[in-house]
Amino acid sequence: MSRPRTLGRIFVDEVTLAHGGGGKAMKDLIDDVFVRAFDNPTLAPLEDQARLWISELSARGDRLAFTTDSFVVDPLFFPGGDIGKLAVCGTVNDLAVGGAVPLFLSCAVIIEEGVSLEILRRVASSMADTARAAGVQIVTGDTKVVNKGACDKLFLTTTGIGVIREGRQLSLAAARPGDVVLVNGLLGDHGAAILAARGDLALDAPIESDCAALHGLIEALLAAAPGTRCLRDATRGGVATVLNEIAEASAVGIEIDDARVPLRPEVRGFCEILGLDPLYLANEGKLVAVVPAAEASAALAAMRAHPLGREAVSIGEVHREEEGCVIMRTTMGGTRVVDMLVGEQLPRIC
Amino acid sequence: MSEGRAMKYVDEFRDGERARVLTRAITAIVGEIALAKRRPIQIMEVCGGHTHTIFRYGIEGLLPKELELVHGPGCPVCVLPMGRVDDCIAIAERPEVIFTTFGDAMRVPGSKRSLLGAKAMGADVRMVYSPMDALALAKKNPGRHVVFFGIGFETTMPSTALTILAAKADGVENFSVFSNHITIVPTIKAILDSPDLHLDGFLGPGHVSMVIGTAPLQFIARHYRRPVVVSGFEPVDVLQSLWMVLKQIKEGRAEVENQYARVAPEGGNGPALQAVAEVYELRASFEWRGLGSIDHSGVRVREAYARYDAERRFDLPSAQIADPADCQCGEVLKGVIKPRQCKVFGTTCTPETPLGALMVSSEGACAAYYQYGGVKRHLEVV
Repeated sequence: MSRPRTLGRIFVDEVTLAHGGGGKAMKDLIDDVFVRAFDNPTLAPLEDQARLWISELSARGDRLAFTTDSFVVDPLFFPGGDIGKLAVCGTVNDLAVGGAVPLFLSCAVIIEEGVSLEILRRVASSMADTARAAGVQIVTGDTKVVNKGACDKLFLTTTGIGVIREGRQLSLAAARPGDVVLVNGLLGDHGAAILAARGDLALDAPIESDCAALHGLIEALLAAAPGTRCLRDATRGGVATVLNEIAEASAVGIEIDDARVPLRPEVRGFCEILGLDPLYLANEGKLVAVVPAAEASAALAAMRAHPLGREAVSIGEVHREEEGCVIMRTTMGGTRVVDMLVGEQLPRIC
Repeated sequence: MSEGRAMKYVDEFRDGERARVLTRAITAIVGEIALAKRRPIQIMEVCGGHTHTIFRYGIEGLLPKELELVHGPGCPVCVLPMGRVDDCIAIAERPEVIFTTFGDAMRVPGSKRSLLGAKAMGADVRMVYSPMDALALAKKNPGRHVVFFGIGFETTMPSTALTILAAKADGVENFSVFSNHITIVPTIKAILDSPDLHLDGFLGPGHVSMVIGTAPLQFIARHYRRPVVVSGFEPVDVLQSLWMVLKQIKEGRAEVENQYARVAPEGGNGPALQAVAEVYELRASFEWRGLGSIDHSGVRVREAYARYDAERRFDLPSAQIADPADCQCGEVLKGVIKPRQCKVFGTTCTPETPLGALMVSSEGACAAYYQYGGVKRHLEVV
């Protein structure tokens, strides 16, 4: 460990191109905003890379999980979270749904000149709090400042490393006929919260993003249902997209029941008014789990005992028929195909 | 969807038990209609909103095979011709313009690109939920000119008319509407006049009737002797309306009935009609994608409101672009063929790269077949 050094300080109100220039201004910005917030011994020496002990990693499992994700959400702050919390939770969840224990993150920041230091500090502190609560460390990073208009305020990229315990084999291709499809709670909150927070709908919806790190819930689920076939966090494209990916990769059909899809009344009303389908709305704290029927009740009980899974339910089953397809049984008793969307969901005229 | 509490005016119209009662009644009545033994009874739902409900709730699968639904032309996004989309883009590409539009009009293909494509190339195209939002944007941006893409039947016509009246009252100079509003009655007439037609009855347009009332639909019953039931948009509405049409067929009646009386008054909405009449006048003809040019089927802004008319303000290419030769939208619209029987369905014409009108919006019959019927699903729906 290097000797403790004095962290630089920054006294201006806005980020300028000088803070991306590689000189003292940049070092002060990184020190004052990020190093101070993230505060951990692996980051502190500020080498060009974080150095991780292989022995520590291999003590926890036999495979590394490695993932990356970029975050460009607008607005930066929304009910239930912000871009910083999202960037930590998103990458933690991408590791956790592979059965990994998330350990280390990197954080790359692209800042549009003119962004206030106050925004930057709030985001850094949110990242630090979320990482601490999730038990992961942000151990390396990068900062760039770009011209006005070259990015929208702030873009974040987090890369994560976790370790997968021996024997765990979760896979999108592992669903089998007879399996049960579970979700850990109410769907569509994040997508609806973001749309409402953008403010151009003239709709005041009291909906908070469900943004949360799911690895604790996942550990509890896997302990109760070790035969779990696959897990996926239902982010962009929503549950409908995840189910389609599973159906295709596993070469099975999936049938879900409209009456069992859990929705908050506010999200349901929001979708009714705007002509949106909640199955395609993004979630940031919801996962789809496919478990063998024999373990379904244990899996549900374990999720419901966890604060992030209180409203967990089974929404459908895996079938041999209609390979590659997701079918919904409607409340009318009819069926329809729930396909992937071509692009973004656009509200209907009438 | 499971719900914590019931949603009024929604849940009771999506009730599975009511639906089962109605589907049993429909099957029974179809069995009593002699015509159904010779060929399937064809009922057209005029509105895209009905089409969407039929697919979203899997209603076709609940009906006896002797009853066929024909998905009508009532999707304003779908029937917009390419030349008009090109005009939109020409307006949107002007540096002073903020072009505002409803969401699902963003993806309608023009001859080169859609509004979504134009936005990607740098045009300032913004999605709004109401023309009043566009007017507010104009007030906030006095240095720019805000154009609202006026699209839709009589359902949305009053809201753009009222917005133009509000712009005039507030003295807003930097706002105009590009009117692509169309009117459904001449189009139903054109469909009824086509020689290859077998339609036996109609689900009448609920939202349009909310504005114009049910009287303008009388000609379908009186002149063409076809039953019409103005229908709501929830699945139980659609099933009940189908049963009402079938009952008329069985009893040899042809009348205009109103299943949607909770929303659509017989006499329509007076103030809305007044605003429309004040601001708009009928065009001699308007072109429909898939159906060609139909007399008196579109409206434009009256001379008195010329300063709010984007068509007069801007020099537009206004090219007539023929529908692609392989496209069979017209035959699908008239119920002559089903979407799946079209030569290009699911091959060169998909929601990603729509050739024809009906693949464009989720209310279009072909897009609904594709999305909810699933091309991956090898069940024969035809």
